[in-house]
Amino acid sequence: MLKINDLHAGIEGNEILKGINLEIKPGEVHAIMGPNGSGKSTLSSVVAGREEYEVSKGAIDFEGEDLMDLDPEERAHKGIFLSFQYPIEIPGVTVTNFLKTAINETRKAKGEEPMPANIMLKKMREKMALLEMDKGFLSRSLNDGFSGGEKKRNEIFQMAMLEPKLAILDETDSGLDIDALRIVANGVNKLKSKDNAVLLITHYQRLLDYIVPDFVHVLYKGRIVKSGGKELALELEAKGYDWIKEEMAL
Amino acid sequence: MEALKDKLESSFLVFENELNGHSKNYIHQVRQKAFKVFEEKGFPTKKDEEWKYTNLKPILKKDFRVFHHNENNVDFADVRKYFLSDVDSYKLVFVDGKFSSWLSETTHEKFDICTFGSMLEKYPEVADKYFNQALPQEEPMAAINTAFANEGAFIRIKKNQTVEKPVQLIFFTSSQDQEVMQQPRNLIILEENAEVKVVERHQSLSSHEVFTNSATEIFVEKHARLHYSKVQNDTKQASLVDNTSVKQYGHSMVNLGTFSFGGKLVRNNLNFFLEDERTETYMDGISLIGEGQLVDHHTLADHKMPNCYSNETYKGIYDGNAKGVFNGKVMVHCVAQKTNAFQQNNNILLTDKASIDTKPQLEIFADDVQCSHGCTIGQLDEDAMFYLQARGIPAKEAKALLLYAFANDSLRNIKIAELRKKLNKLIASKLGVDLDFEL
Repeated sequence: MLKINDLHAGIEGNEILKGINLEIKPGEVHAIMGPNGSGKSTLSSVVAGREEYEVSKGAIDFEGEDLMDLDPEERAHKGIFLSFQYPIEIPGVTVTNFLKTAINETRKAKGEEPMPANIMLKKMREKMALLEMDKGFLSRSLNDGFSGGEKKRNEIFQMAMLEPKLAILDETDSGLDIDALRIVANGVNKLKSKDNAVLLITHYQRLLDYIVPDFVHVLYKGRIVKSGGKELALELEAKGYDWIKEEMAL
Repeated sequence: MEALKDKLESSFLVFENELNGHSKNYIHQVRQKAFKVFEEKGFPTKKDEEWKYTNLKPILKKDFRVFHHNENNVDFADVRKYFLSDVDSYKLVFVDGKFSSWLSETTHEKFDICTFGSMLEKYPEVADKYFNQALPQEEPMAAINTAFANEGAFIRIKKNQTVEKPVQLIFFTSSQDQEVMQQPRNLIILEENAEVKVVERHQSLSSHEVFTNSATEIFVEKHARLHYSKVQNDTKQASLVDNTSVKQYGHSMVNLGTFSFGGKLVRNNLNFFLEDERTETYMDGISLIGEGQLVDHHTLADHKMPNCYSNETYKGIYDGNAKGVFNGKVMVHCVAQKTNAFQQNNNILLTDKASIDTKPQLEIFADDVQCSHGCTIGQLDEDAMFYLQARGIPAKEAKALLLYAFANDSLRNIKIAELRKKLNKLIASKLGVDLDFEL
């Protein structure tokens, strides 16, 4: 589904990613872990198409198509979803209207008719129940005055509504208490299928107790320096990142 | 530039001759006094501190016609879009400075919604009491309007009356043969505990340059409530100078919104004089303009008495080489303790060529007051753009959504649902998008 090949990218002349290779197949859950500043968020931004980042070398393929020349919205239309570490507050635009615009713009891009209002509402109710969200939520301004937990839950709610093929969850666990984490993780697990994939980006192992990855990759100084199964995450949690640095003689 | 001044001076003599028997009355003495002010001061220039950023000079070079003898008719079908048509309303419509009775809907029943001209005829005592009592005497544009004051809107809502239907004031310029100058004069009086909603609009239908110098005086007595919206969305050939002065008395409430999508040049002088205690004043504004347009808001909240509240929120979005000006003056006199005055002016410049000159001007002579002000100038937030685009919303729509959200709180006090809808549509169309929802 997603193939990243020797990806070099940076911002304002500073190279942050220095040759990333990663392949994600449908049905898989991958986790990328790494210390602060290793390039985790840069990787998610580059895959989602943030323009400020320059790709100097390498390729990103999504379902056999080169993503490089596509705008962020075009990537979204193809089924890539990025859950933000710091979701933006947009006063005056309700959650409902925001989602309606996002869903119908995606449908428009695919040449489909707008989703009928009653079907959209039904779907919203369903997904809100899944994430144990209050109905009043829909008429609130997007992320405006939301708590950290509410913002993260709202991100997953949007994911549930947009039904992406590849969901990249960037530090979705940060700022969540244990109950909120359980609800969010539960939502992600229920939305998982053999046809879609999840890329978790996280500093801590905690989230991986709830969303169990098939593969764990360690990102350090812009490279994936080690890959393994879910046990690698536990090892990292127990020993920290230093042993990898030593092992890799970095 | 002096050509127009000369023309106005000679026109004033003609105007006086045509008044016949009325040239000796008190109202005309007020006009003459105002005319002297204009004669001395002339049109404002960039040398005047108050007009530093807004240059009238290029407009004043045109050969404007000052008098309009012919009554021009316009077809309702052609101008329907300028009306709030879904709501039952009173209408005072003027075409080329003349009252258009067949486009209008007036009343004298429970309250007076008619013309300034008929007020002068019917209620001379009202004219004597209120005429030129709210506008600053030394403002030259207001003075020249006063000198020629003869026609416009008159609204008087009697004690304890609430006007359910909104009142629409629309001033059309249809003249096709020459540049035209218009000087409508409005007087609005809300007696004790009265309430009314008013929407004002100036619209050119002409292909020639139009220069409107409008003046409005508003008196809001004790416990009265006024909701007033100015919709400014004229052609790029049309310029407007608007002097509006409001006198507010005890416990009254006024919210006045100025929603400016521009014309060529728009200058709003909006003055609030808070004459008694416990008044509430809301001034909201939007400037959303592009290439070749200028919108200038000069506001005054004059806190003369204790315990008054004023709140001002102006948002500006400037595209192309648009130029914005905001000058918000808050005056707190030494007796005006417990004043609560809030002012905010936020701006977004969409290009490198757009500009905004913004200046809060607080003059506070009392010591127990709460006054705050803030102005910001920024660009569109790139993080927010990326967030929306990553959700599948194309750049143009994403930009519009963010600008919508930015301007949104200036629409909060609008009481007429259709007007709010119309403004939302207008904002969307100015931003070049078609969003299928309202905020």
